[in-house]
Amino acid sequence: MTDPGPLIEPLIPALRRYAYALRRDHAAADDLVQDTLERALSRWSTRRQEGDLRAWLFTILRNLHVGSHRAAARRGVAVAFDEADLPGVAAAQDAAVEANDVLGAVGQLPEDQKSLLLLVGVEDFSYDEAARILDVPLGTVMSRLSRARRALRSILEGGRAPLLRRVK
Amino acid sequence: MSSPDITPGEEELQAWVDDRLDPSRRTAVEAWLAAHPAERERLLLERRQRAALRAQLQAKFDEPVPARLRVATLQAGVRARRLRRVGAVAAALALFLVGAGAGWLAHDPRLATVAAAAPTAPIAQGATAAWRTFVVEVAHPVEVGAAQEGHLLQWLSKRLGRPLKAPDLQPFGYRLIGGRLLPGSADGAAAQLMYEDEAGRRLTLYVQAARGTETAFRFQRDGDAATFAWIDQGFGFAVTASASREELLPIAEAVYRGLSPRT
Repeated sequence: MTDPGPLIEPLIPALRRYAYALRRDHAAADDLVQDTLERALSRWSTRRQEGDLRAWLFTILRNLHVGSHRAAARRGVAVAFDEADLPGVAAAQDAAVEANDVLGAVGQLPEDQKSLLLLVGVEDFSYDEAARILDVPLGTVMSRLSRARRALRSILEGGRAPLLRRVK
Repeated sequence: MSSPDITPGEEELQAWVDDRLDPSRRTAVEAWLAAHPAERERLLLERRQRAALRAQLQAKFDEPVPARLRVATLQAGVRARRLRRVGAVAAALALFLVGAGAGWLAHDPRLATVAAAAPTAPIAQGATAAWRTFVVEVAHPVEVGAAQEGHLLQWLSKRLGRPLKAPDLQPFGYRLIGGRLLPGSADGAAAQLMYEDEAGRRLTLYVQAARGTETAFRFQRDGDAATFAWIDQGFGFAVTASASREELLPIAEAVYRGLSPRT
C-alpha cells in the first residue's frame, strides 16, 4: 500500500481553502479538513487507485460538510458563546455585504451553488469533475453555474439575494 | 461554426468566464460579445468577481498547514481512536462490573475489607486511570519528552522524593517517549513514564509513594488495560499496557530489576 502522506499533503492547502470558504470560521474549517483526512486515511486501502485523489478528497469534504449541516439543522445550530452576536449586530451583518466582499456574498448562496462556484472558479476543477464531486449531471452543473453567478451579482449589487435569508 | 452571428449559448458564455473555451470558440464568442455590450459587461463583471473570490481566498491557501492536519499526526490519531473505542467499551463494562461488584460487596463487609486491603489497589487504579488518559493523547502524550531524559528524571525524582530511573525496555520493543507529573494520593505526587513501541502501542510506568509492606506482583485487568503493580521500599509501582498477562509479566520484571536501587 502506498504511503498516503506524500500524496495527500500537497493537497491540504486547497482543502483548507475550500473548507474555509464553506464554513467561514478558521477552526471549524480545519475541523472539517481533519475529519476529511481521517476519513480518507481510514479508507485509503479500499480507494480505487486509478481515481483522481484530489477530486476524491474534495468529494469527501463536501459530503461531510453537507452531512454535518443536515445534522445541525435537525438539532438546531450550536453557536459558540463568543460567536453569538448581539441581535443588532447580527442584523447589520446580514443586511450588508460590502461590494468587494465576494466571499461574503458567496456565503449567502445555497450550498450547491456555493460549492460549485468554489470548485470551478477557485479550485479549477473541470465541469466534469465538479459534476462528479457534486453528484449531479453535467447539464445541471452548467445551468447551476449560470444561476449562481447571477445570484452573486445580485447580492453584490443589491446587498442581499432575493429569496435568500440567512437564518440566525 | 465560428460565425459571430450565431448566438453562443449560456453554457459557452460561462465557459468564457472561466476561460475554458478552445481558441476558435473563444474568438467567436468574443466577436459576438463585441456586438453585445450589455452581455459583455455582465460577463466581464462575473470574471472580475471570480478573480476577486480567488484573491480573497489566496491568503488561506498560503497559510502554513497546522500540525494537527499533518498526515503523520492524523495517522497516529486514527490508531489512538481505534484504541479509544475499544477502551470506551471496556471502560463501560468495567464501570458496570465495579458497580455490580460494589453493590454486591456492600452486603458482605468481610469481602469489602479483603478487597480494600490489597495495598497495590490504589496504585494500580491510579496507574490505569493515568494510562487511559494519556496513551490516547496525540498532541501532548508527555509533559517532558525523552530528548530531555536527564532533566525529566531529575525533576520527577525530586517531586517523588525518590531517585527514579527510566528502565530500558528496548528488548521488548518499547522506547521511552517521556513522562509527566500527576497528582497522586494523599502521599504526594505520582510520576508517569511513557514508552511506545513501533506500532504506536504505549506502555506506562507509574510510580507513587505508598504505605505498606513490600508485596509481590499483583496483576489487574481493567478493560483493555493490563497492570502489574507492586510495592517496594515505600513506593508503589505499576506497569500498564494494552497487553496480555504473559506479555506484560517479563516487562514488569525488567522494570522491577531496572528500578531496584540494589542493582
